[in-house]
Amino acid sequence: MLEIAGRELESRLILGTGGFRNLSVMAEAAEESGAELATVAMRRVDPSARGSIVEVLTDAGLEVLPNTAGCYTARDAITTAKLASEALETDWVKLEVIGDDRILLPDPVELLAAAEELVAEGFTVLPYTNDDPILARRLEDAGCAAVMPLGSPIGSGMGINNAYNLRLIIEAARVPVILDAGIGTASDAALAMEAGCDAVLLASAISRAADPVGMARAMRKAVEAGYEAAAAGRIPRRLYAQASSPEEGVAELVPAADPAEHGPAHGLR
Amino acid sequence: MTSVTLNGTPHELPDEATVEAAVLATGAPGDGRGVAVALDGEVVPRGEWSRTPVREGQQVEVLHAVQGGA
Repeated sequence: MLEIAGRELESRLILGTGGFRNLSVMAEAAEESGAELATVAMRRVDPSARGSIVEVLTDAGLEVLPNTAGCYTARDAITTAKLASEALETDWVKLEVIGDDRILLPDPVELLAAAEELVAEGFTVLPYTNDDPILARRLEDAGCAAVMPLGSPIGSGMGINNAYNLRLIIEAARVPVILDAGIGTASDAALAMEAGCDAVLLASAISRAADPVGMARAMRKAVEAGYEAAAAGRIPRRLYAQASSPEEGVAELVPAADPAEHGPAHGLR
Repeated sequence: MTSVTLNGTPHELPDEATVEAAVLATGAPGDGRGVAVALDGEVVPRGEWSRTPVREGQQVEVLHAVQGGA
């Protein structure tokens, strides 16, 4: 079972709620995904908005995890985390401090500063981080409850761009590693889990799919399959084939005198 | 009247208005459930809304949770 800051979660899929057409599609996809945690953003009250996302998620059996999306400085992210804590009565936060509005990569300097401050104030901090093993270590040392490296930029659907760095992060981490952002389809999520991630956080891959509910189901299966495959231990990659049927006892089916008879070929010419 | 900026828009609140009045002016639920307020960038806890004055020229942000993330 996945354990983050002492809290046990059955599902290793965390759902971002950005990009769904409406709350009812979101609720259906959320249930189908099996996720128990879903991120929300903090924005200005809009009196024309219909329905409360918190109620919809709660009714679907999910807990909300506020993020600090849209923040470009440690200061803004810290204030946003506090506002989310006030509004939603949680001390958990998905910490995002973005450094560029086109690629949405985290600003590592501001991110670490915000993480240190929020941990000091008693928050359970889950930072969205670059796929940088050193930064991941610094965030863990700062007291973050997990590290959440990106596979590729948010919403890009490019999957895992730097499998080597991800592996280094996983090997070194003593807190859960949650792949966050960049997942495009089910195989990307399975690969992240096979690589040894503890969980996957995604939104766009489900919310912007042609059939979000169908993709939510696929993602649930992919995360489970990847996790179980990683635990089961894959076979090594080989350059050459390894016969899976016995090589002993193969029938001789060509008459001995047949001039066309030839044995198996060896080597490439 | 007290001229403030409420969620980015100029807004007139009654004299001696409090944060509570500002929250109601946004159309947020009266009990303030699911809502949080920053006054000039500082969080005002819900328990202090009714006794925290909003002064001329201040910036009030009234936020709630929306769809978002990854």
